[in-house]
Amino acid sequence: MYQDNVIRPRMTDSPAFLGGTAAVVFAAACLSGAGQSGLGGLLAPVVNSLSAPALRTVAVALTLALAFTANIHLIGKLPLRGQVIAVWTELLLLFLVFFDSFDLSYSFIGTKVGFMITQGVLTTVYVSAISIAFAFVFALLGSTAKLSGNGFAVAVASFYTSFFRGVPLLIQIYLIYLGIPQLGYVVDAIPAGVMALSLCYGAYMTEIFRAGIMSIPKGQWEASRALGLTPWHTLSRIILPQSMRLIIPPTGNQFIAMLKDSSLVSVIGVWELMFLARTQGRAEFRHLEMLITAAVLYWALSFVLERVQAHLEKRFNRAHR
Amino acid sequence: MISPTAQPSTALLSPGPLTTGPIVSVQDLKKWYGPFHALKGIDLDVAVGETVVICGPSGSGKSTFIRCLNLLEDFQEGRVVIDGQPLTREPAAVAAIRRSVGMVFQQFNLFPHLTVLENLMLAPRLVHKTPEQEARATALAYLNRVHIGAQADKYPDQLSGGQQQRVAIARALCMRPRILLFDEPTSALDPEMVKEVLEVMGELAGDGITMLCVTHEMGFARRVADRVIFMDHGQIVEQGPPGQFFDAPQHPRAREFLSQILSH
Ligand SMILES: Nc1ncnc2c1ncn2[C@@H]1O[C@H](COP(=O)(O)OP(=O)(O)O)[C@@H](O)[C@H]1O
Ligand SMILES: [Mg+2]
Repeated sequence: MYQDNVIRPRMTDSPAFLGGTAAVVFAAACLSGAGQSGLGGLLAPVVNSLSAPALRTVAVALTLALAFTANIHLIGKLPLRGQVIAVWTELLLLFLVFFDSFDLSYSFIGTKVGFMITQGVLTTVYVSAISIAFAFVFALLGSTAKLSGNGFAVAVASFYTSFFRGVPLLIQIYLIYLGIPQLGYVVDAIPAGVMALSLCYGAYMTEIFRAGIMSIPKGQWEASRALGLTPWHTLSRIILPQSMRLIIPPTGNQFIAMLKDSSLVSVIGVWELMFLARTQGRAEFRHLEMLITAAVLYWALSFVLERVQAHLEKRFNRAHR
Repeated sequence: MISPTAQPSTALLSPGPLTTGPIVSVQDLKKWYGPFHALKGIDLDVAVGETVVICGPSGSGKSTFIRCLNLLEDFQEGRVVIDGQPLTREPAAVAAIRRSVGMVFQQFNLFPHLTVLENLMLAPRLVHKTPEQEARATALAYLNRVHIGAQADKYPDQLSGGQQQRVAIARALCMRPRILLFDEPTSALDPEMVKEVLEVMGELAGDGITMLCVTHEMGFARRVADRVIFMDHGQIVEQGPPGQFFDAPQHPRAREFLSQILSH
């Protein structure tokens, strides 16, 4: 958003807001019976002496409300960057506390995490990377077909996007993996998974590409025509290079989304991250450990990709003024 | 005038067919936008080397008319022959016509992702298959002729409006057109940049290229045009040499138009 230069009083300094927040937290804590929960246990030394459960709950809720309100009041005084860092840290800590309460076996995670990365993350990344490359090509073909004046091309492309956007990816994966062998061709799990992912994401990205192409002003087409360029040259040398600036950022988003959706190909037995997460913990009933490890790895991957994407976006904007 | 040092390779007039007749011939051109009758029968012959200025109130069909000449707009009736080539909607005819007709737009329409030099070299390389070295030399020569040789490696957005429009003119010239169409080339410019563009256009006219200019720059028309055409409601209402048109307009609507445009 475009910030105004007016200095408004901070909400986190206003007694009404702080009082309201405290009241809401207090009420919520009371209603959820905070005295009986794990939090009550944390405050046990103080509240144990209070024998009546209702009183315990009120004491815990009061502590919680005060702590929360003081926290936002104090963080509110920081500059924006400081606020972001402080809140991130707190949320992360809460996450850790939450995970820790599962009583996880970290040594078990330690023995598996290496394999999860070398086999799982690697497969996930390369399946996604190949799929996004194919999806890019499908989207290019789909969008130019949809915008062409050719009835066959328009029909085939709109049928394609309609089907692959309208059917759940999981079903597409099964259909391809189980359906193609019916035609007499044996497909391995990885090619089948790649095919499903790239067809599906190609259909989504067709719309992104189409919007990118249509955003180029009419004058660019007219100048190209007046110079005698063929339709193919107009598209490939003038229109598409300019659309790329608009297409690249959302394509990055699609890649991150695909990275996570690639977990669906675990159902046909591709040894990617999700498959390992589901299978590695089975023997020792350590499901939660493996799921949490996979969650952290997916998250880390997306985080890295987001950085890469931001960097690319900047560079593309600079090269193309 | 264009500098006399111009190399032969930048001669403006490519050796076209030795026609003695008009280089542009338009007969009874009619166009509709849906039910709206935009051009109601235009007749016009333009001789080789002639500079024709087209003026008229906004919405009178000036842009529509010159855009029909290279088929940026299609038309329903009438006959257009350019440089001996009848204009049909058949690809080979259109390609031939677009090769001999260059166009300069109000909004410049430079390619923002290419440098100035790349803007100039692209079409000769792709359309005429000109070797790279030759295309570069031609591009640089034309950039010098529009007096911006120093900007060759910049991107269009780094140039002023006047410079951009001169690049656009050079880009059209690089294709060695026999006819240049201008659609209000100075209307999007800040006032102080109008002059530099009009000067270049004046130099081109002096060089003998055939030009059709839609413009409201009446000073330019008076100085440079061989003929001024006044359009209104999709028709040519009056035409004549600039002296006659400006000093003694015959048609009441032409008089009204001139009094409005000259009185500010
Ligand atoms: N694409 C279009 N669709 C419908 N009407 C149009 C279109 N382009 C132009 N017109 C109409 O045709 C008339 C002539 O337009 P134009 O040639 O642009 O006029 P001028 O260049 O003289 O100002 C105007 O009334 C305009 O509204
Ligand atoms: Mg116009």
